[in-house]
Amino acid sequence: MNAIVKNTGQSEFESTVCHITASSDGPVIEIKDFNLWYGKAQALFNVTMNIEKGLVTALIGPSGCGKSTLLRSLNRMNDLIENLTIAGGMHLEGLPIYGPKVDVIGLRKRMGMVFQKPNPFPKSIYENVIYPLRVDGVRDRTVLAEACERALKGSALWDEVKDRLDDNALGLSGGQQQRLCIARAIASDPEVLLMDEPCSALDPIATSKIEELIDELKGHYTIVIVTHNMQQAARVSQNTAFMYLGRLIEYGDTEEIFTSPKLSRTQDYVTGRFG
Amino acid sequence: MKSGETMEAVAVKPTTGAITARRSYESSLSARGEPFLWGLGGALGFGVLLVVGFLVLVFWNGITTFWPKPIEVVTLLSGELVAGEPTRREAFKVGPERLASLPEAAKARIIADDHIARRVLLRTGNFDLYNDDYRWIEDYKIEKVETPSNLFFIERQEWGAFVGRIKSLSKDGAVISGDELTYAFLSSEQQEARQRFRAIKAIEKGEIGEVNFELNQERLKIRKAVLQHGEGAPETKRVEAEVEQAALAMKVRFEALALKSQEIKSQDSKILVTLADITGTEKVTPLSQIVRFYPANDLSLLDKVGIYLSRWSEFLTDDPREANTEGGVLPAIFGTFVMTLLMVVVVAPFGVVTALYLREYAKQGRLVSIVRISVNNLAGVPSIVYGVFGLGFFAYILGGSIDALFYPERLPNPTFGTGGLLWSALTLALLTVPVVIVATEEALAAVPKSMREGSLACGASKWQTIKNIVLPRAMPGIMTGLILAMARGAGEVAPLMLVGVVKLAPELPVDGFWPFVHLERSFMHLGFHIFDVGFQSRNSEAGKPMVFVTTLLLIALIALMNASAVIIRNRLKRKFMVGHF
Ligand SMILES: Nc1ncnc2c1ncn2[C@@H]1O[C@H](COP(=O)(O)OP(=O)(O)OP(=O)(O)O)[C@@H](O)[C@H]1O
Ligand SMILES: [Mg+2]
Repeated sequence: MNAIVKNTGQSEFESTVCHITASSDGPVIEIKDFNLWYGKAQALFNVTMNIEKGLVTALIGPSGCGKSTLLRSLNRMNDLIENLTIAGGMHLEGLPIYGPKVDVIGLRKRMGMVFQKPNPFPKSIYENVIYPLRVDGVRDRTVLAEACERALKGSALWDEVKDRLDDNALGLSGGQQQRLCIARAIASDPEVLLMDEPCSALDPIATSKIEELIDELKGHYTIVIVTHNMQQAARVSQNTAFMYLGRLIEYGDTEEIFTSPKLSRTQDYVTGRFG
Repeated sequence: MKSGETMEAVAVKPTTGAITARRSYESSLSARGEPFLWGLGGALGFGVLLVVGFLVLVFWNGITTFWPKPIEVVTLLSGELVAGEPTRREAFKVGPERLASLPEAAKARIIADDHIARRVLLRTGNFDLYNDDYRWIEDYKIEKVETPSNLFFIERQEWGAFVGRIKSLSKDGAVISGDELTYAFLSSEQQEARQRFRAIKAIEKGEIGEVNFELNQERLKIRKAVLQHGEGAPETKRVEAEVEQAALAMKVRFEALALKSQEIKSQDSKILVTLADITGTEKVTPLSQIVRFYPANDLSLLDKVGIYLSRWSEFLTDDPREANTEGGVLPAIFGTFVMTLLMVVVVAPFGVVTALYLREYAKQGRLVSIVRISVNNLAGVPSIVYGVFGLGFFAYILGGSIDALFYPERLPNPTFGTGGLLWSALTLALLTVPVVIVATEEALAAVPKSMREGSLACGASKWQTIKNIVLPRAMPGIMTGLILAMARGAGEVAPLMLVGVVKLAPELPVDGFWPFVHLERSFMHLGFHIFDVGFQSRNSEAGKPMVFVTTLLLIALIALMNASAVIIRNRLKRKFMVGHF
């Protein structure tokens, strides 16, 4: 627990207060002075943070503060956007994510992603889950079937769909679809799981199922989760990063962030006084 | 602050605020938009009425054309007899000159009727006797109208219909007439005669045609050898000798066939039928020339249904006769179908690939916008311009080069260097490709971004994403584009007249000779058939029924092709677009 003060600028937001729980395995992703512009508008300012291996990191902050932008920068989903400029670096276990020769597809294979709205493909449940393996060119039926079962069990959906794997995935309920997307994200056994408000479209029961799931998955995967639900962040994460206006304001141990944050701005936000 | 004070403050407040005029809560008529709604409804109703009216007209005329009608025998005041099928009745205005020439009684009646008289159009047939198929009969000329029995309506291979009686049949010299000449006997004789007729046709067109085809191939071998090795070269000589041999063998075959057909023909010419029109003028013709005959005024309902169906089956399965105004349209159905199919096969990949590149790969900028606008504008170019382009570029330049490269021995006769099935399909593909491109682009744009992102996040490449997710999902939209393109292409005639459609194609584009599908051949097309029969035939009245029937058929064919495409599309839609929550 140490406060790093850097880039001393005029405003209090120019620096990040950092007091995280470190993982025994060290960080899996290191972000250093990361800046991002959509056209001329800057969306991220000097973000510096380490994402610890095997832990759950929650990203919180008011709407429009750049949580999704940061998350999508991790697996370079932002590459699709035109007129995007970035500065600064990110490393995934030493590999520069924005390095000149990096294989973006290989990089994305190391990071599964779950989106805010469930986005299953218009294919069968089975084909949805094994899609990452299909694009890898895996043909072996037994391997595929095993991967499918493992992923669906991992996302707590197996019991509900094991008899209807050939049905169209679009026929599932919203919560089931979201768990299907989680299964798809973990089917190829990635190192990091990125989740952007995975429960925002779900009812409390589906939400609690997914939270349980995150609990089970941590340790095996490193999880980064964006959420607007403070209780959820408090329940599932070990570290929490509070962002505001494109800056990382405070990044620390979840319990401390929610009980005794270092900055009043954070305090205001987690207690619901603004945001 | 005590609660009483608060209460007072609240109670006082409204009086201090500025009170404006009470707003009216009644919305005006124009605000509710009802007049616009009526306008829209009226416009829609008018449009629907036009379409339905058109369809009903085509449908009714189309399905009633083949129904056998009675034959009326009209005795004119002058004593002349006219027999024929009443086709149409109408009122007309009698001019003063004609009125003056009429007898007093008729004159008085017409004047009392506002100078309006009525007339009927009789299909008299017997073109070979009267030099006309139809005749208008004015009602003031008529003495009486009868429908006597034993009058026959006879459809012939040539000269159109004959209306009259069947006098006698001479078979191998023996003459049968009077009571012996029953309808049943005539029918069975006519069946046999038709069989002979078909046999002759099979030999002449089929087997002799085959021999001629092979003979031609052999001759081309010589031309080829001459072009390759030069005149008088030893190789050429050898080829010539070989061809000589083969030709000799074929000649033997040809003669045997010719003999066989001659035999049937001479047998056929011994069975003659003597027809007589209503005035007694006789006409002798081989029985095999009679396609169908029936006693028009003695038919039961069942007989009529039988004739109706047999006419339809002839129409759908036979070759045309009498300058297309009679007989069937099978070659035209076939030509339309094959050409449309070929067009779809060409336009689908071409349009889809173009749209895919424009939408997914090209850098969206000015150039792409210009391309897109140009493509959209292509849809507005008159179709005849495409025909000119197709003739100039496809047939003359492309086809000419193909001929020079691959078929030099056939020159100066063009093979691909003239209009044909392939060039027609390509021309129409060009004509319809904007529709496919626009529809495909829309469909691609409508694929949710989240689906692409989901695929990319799984580590799929851009191409894998397009192939596995985007294209299947866009398929229903692409199919819609193809359906529109197909409907447009199948109904298009003008450009085809320049690039390969003909009035009468001697051969179908698909047959038993290698390579079975002959893309270079000219073909018949239902749309052109309508134009030809309706406006190019010797007697537009004779063509009219065929115009309606052929239009009905063309509409039905297009509807059928569209329906199958729609079924496929809906199946895809069910597969890719369901979803709830
Ligand atoms: N594709 C884009 N093009 C331009 N600007 C964008 C784009 N995506 C996001 N932005 C802008 O970047 C800023 C950060 O957006 P981001 O989506 O990261 O916010 P967020 O923290 O995820 O908000 P929310 O909680 O509402 O999802 C916003 O001001 C947004 O307007
Ligand atoms: Mg977001």
